[in-house]
Amino acid sequence: MNNKMNKYRTLFLSALQLSTFTFGGGVVIIPLMRKKFVEKLHWIDEQEMMDYTAIAQSSPGAIAVNAAILVGYRVAGIAGALIAVLGTVLPPLVILSVISFFYAAFRANQIVSMAMAGMAAGVAAVICDVVFTMGAGVLRQRRVLPVLVMAGAFAATCFFGVNVVVIILVCGVIGALDTIRLERRERRKEGA
Amino acid sequence: MIYLQLLWSFFQIGLFSIGGGYATMPLIQHQVVDLHGWLTMTQFSDIITISQMTPGPIALNSATFVGIQVAGIPGALVATLGCVIPSCIIVTTLAYVYYRYKGLTMVQGVLSGLRPAVVAMIASSGVSLLLLAFYSTSGVPADWAAIDWRAVLVFAAAFFILRRWKSDPIWVMAGCGLAGVVLYSIG
Repeated sequence: MNNKMNKYRTLFLSALQLSTFTFGGGVVIIPLMRKKFVEKLHWIDEQEMMDYTAIAQSSPGAIAVNAAILVGYRVAGIAGALIAVLGTVLPPLVILSVISFFYAAFRANQIVSMAMAGMAAGVAAVICDVVFTMGAGVLRQRRVLPVLVMAGAFAATCFFGVNVVVIILVCGVIGALDTIRLERRERRKEGA
Repeated sequence: MIYLQLLWSFFQIGLFSIGGGYATMPLIQHQVVDLHGWLTMTQFSDIITISQMTPGPIALNSATFVGIQVAGIPGALVATLGCVIPSCIIVTTLAYVYYRYKGLTMVQGVLSGLRPAVVAMIASSGVSLLLLAFYSTSGVPADWAAIDWRAVLVFAAAFFILRRWKSDPIWVMAGCGLAGVVLYSIG
């Protein structure tokens, strides 16, 4: 029981901390979550984290909320999912409540805008770091197809602005076809 | 009945915003400015600015902001609730399905096709964030030479620290905020 409460508390506090430091929204939460839940707490593994990213991006709603639900569910079922959502929702709720009362003063503050400019560069560095780590994992498979998928998907989002959901669907189909092909080859080998 | 309207509006925003981030903006604008007139267009662009400067997803930030403007703190709570209900139902179901069928070869195949794509999409948003930090625009900069060298310096230092010591990103970002204050005060 005590152990369970501890887990709930760690989950809630982790979600709270991650949400408080996720400036800019979107996938910025992913490297922070990976550090916390994969490297520090060892609650989920590297592959699961990538799967969560795909699911969170292709489901409706904010990525941070979706990813929190997935991690919470993995760690402690439905209760865990709800606790993680609560932790994710509280910081924006509190911070925005305060700011909407002091918006004019906040926007005019020079120190605030300097810190924000510094943090914008920091966020970019955090994202680049996780791309290097995750990209190395893909290259380590020593297969051509994943590298092609990675390059193609990058060009599609970055240069052609293709919708994320379309990319995820297409790459899912490619993965399925590849599996069918590999299985056929296996079977032929067994037959021979 | 303003509470029910807030709940329903943000429920729809939560349900139809796929991909997160700035993909959500037109949906929020439609509900909050065009349909209900809760915010003026100027207030709406203010909320985008605030979202860029504060933590948290843009949908949740605007839920709180709009809720407070329209119906005080209870309004903020109701709007936020509406915003996360679709995620809670859909993603919990997906999580269940994921763990139930993860072991199947076909599901494994689909997921292995998705992983390189995930890396690519994160890389792509990394490019936009880099441009935003270096040129204050997320599109192609008009003048490549007009780079913000202080931002480049902060980025390079942060990237080095992250790769070399695998430091906690939260502390690295806090440090970058501090470095920003110092560097921009000097010049």
